[in-house]
Amino acid sequence: MQIETPDPAMIPLPVVATAAPGINLPPRASRRQRARAVFIALLHSKTFMAGAIIMLFWILDAIFWPLIVPHDPNAQDLLSTLQRPSGAHLFGTDDLGRDVFSRVLAGARSVLTIAPAATALGLLGGITIGLVTGYYRGLVDDVLMRIVDALLAFPLVIIALLVLAVLGHSTLNVVLVIAVVFTPLIARTVRAAVLSEREREYVASARLLGEPGIVVMVREILPNIVGAIVVEATVRLGYAIFTAATLSFLGLGIQQPSPDWGLSISLGRGFLQVASWMVLFPALALATLVVSLNFVADGLREVLSS
Amino acid sequence: MRQFLLKRLGLTLITLVLISFAVFLVAQILPGDVGRAMLGPYASATQVSRFDHQLGVDRPLPVQYWTWITNFMRGNWGQSYLLSTPVRPLVFQRLLNSLALGAFALLLILPVSIGLGVVAALDQGKFGDRLISIVGLSLIALPEFVIGILLLVVFSIQLGWFPVASTVPSANPVDIVRQLLLPSIPLMLVLFGYISRMARAGTIVSLNSNYTRTAILKGLPRRVVIRRHVLRNSLLPTITVVSVQIGYLVGALVVIETLFNYPGMGKLVLDSAVGHDIPMLEATMLMVAIIYMVSNLVADVLLAILNPRIRLAE
Repeated sequence: MQIETPDPAMIPLPVVATAAPGINLPPRASRRQRARAVFIALLHSKTFMAGAIIMLFWILDAIFWPLIVPHDPNAQDLLSTLQRPSGAHLFGTDDLGRDVFSRVLAGARSVLTIAPAATALGLLGGITIGLVTGYYRGLVDDVLMRIVDALLAFPLVIIALLVLAVLGHSTLNVVLVIAVVFTPLIARTVRAAVLSEREREYVASARLLGEPGIVVMVREILPNIVGAIVVEATVRLGYAIFTAATLSFLGLGIQQPSPDWGLSISLGRGFLQVASWMVLFPALALATLVVSLNFVADGLREVLSS
Repeated sequence: MRQFLLKRLGLTLITLVLISFAVFLVAQILPGDVGRAMLGPYASATQVSRFDHQLGVDRPLPVQYWTWITNFMRGNWGQSYLLSTPVRPLVFQRLLNSLALGAFALLLILPVSIGLGVVAALDQGKFGDRLISIVGLSLIALPEFVIGILLLVVFSIQLGWFPVASTVPSANPVDIVRQLLLPSIPLMLVLFGYISRMARAGTIVSLNSNYTRTAILKGLPRRVVIRRHVLRNSLLPTITVVSVQIGYLVGALVVIETLFNYPGMGKLVLDSAVGHDIPMLEATMLMVAIIYMVSNLVADVLLAILNPRIRLAE
């Protein structure tokens, strides 16, 4: 007997900000009209907008940091190590005299590359498997669910830690391990959405018209479960950032001299008593990124479920 | 009930056997020649192969698995490659240390999260609910080491109230709080997010149920309805989430123990994986799986006792 473990992400949350205006559309509204309505509702959601603005800042920073950093993030200055925050060095300097402010700005890139790449790969695998197993059911379906159960027996960090110990620590391996663990989890969500769609009339009529399974899945079902997939993707992206940062912190992910936040915190830990700014600012940066993404996910869920 | 118990027990055992295969295989493909690693670069090839033979790492995999698992069951967990000490006493000692930390966090946060989750549900959609939900939501998202490092900066460095690295506390209550409070706060904050959400969701479900409506309609005071009818049923899903969170706790302990330099099980898992200490890694991983499976089993049995629909559904 299997007791369904409720996924906290699936429980409806209270409307956190002021309620987004409901999406009122005629039943025959085209896909385009629908997308427009969702977009407008998102613009009115305070939760979404607050998260989106902070996210946007970090994304732009991850791309354009070489244009805005006051110092080279990797330039060492051994005559001015461990200096307190000052006019010359806004966030102080680290043990090698590198400018912490520049390193925080430059550190967004690694996490904002690894996490989206891993999520995209996981989505690709998860959507494919979820569509096929949800549509055809059968043995593959049963096997998939057992794999998901077994995967959940170990915390993600422990699985990743083991795999990275086997394969060696590299950025690519971090992306792959997160993607591989995400695939069955995303597949489960997609499968659940497909299961409820496949009983609908439009699927039955497409079948009666003689459309092959692949066409029904991709042309008919997929566009109708995009909402669920978008919400799942943002939630997963959050977990990916969380995991990538944690692995860097444990020394299993990206390696020196990268200005990656998790790695900086791990290295700065040893200087906590003499230079707490070395860890404080990367930690705050990571916190703002993660919380903003969470706001975006929550805003999306709120709008797409209405 | 008996049949239910046997079935759950059987499933748990099968899963554990499967996990033991997986753990063994992963440990086997860790790179590195064991004999070479232990004897160093100056040992001759014959010395290395003799040593490998002594350790048994040159035998076929099924034989090695069988030797390992039977020895494990007999309590012979081997020697650590890295520390040259017997594995079992160390694993148990570290397990106890982690248990102290995890139990401390869980005991302090459980009543608070359930309480606030219920409050949020009773206040559904109003300010209190929004506040509790958004705080919980943000806390879940933050990696433990981020919260931990912020706590260290404020309370250990700026205020000097707590040590920068935690050790195993003595029996003295003041020492327990001093050593364990700071590392357990990140765990508590994340647990709070999950448990309060589950308690809230469970309470809302039972508030909207027919039996609650009946209880209100027959004129029971609100207080009695909530205590006797709503609370009892809203706690059911909370039990499940607590047991699932025990698995989470093990993962989080890896991070927290590394950050606070606390000698627990999580740090042992990390060190043995990084150091390719195969006997230690196999033992710790299997313990992690056993802990998770047993806590799930206990939760399922508890749920079955509390909710006849589950055990009678079979």
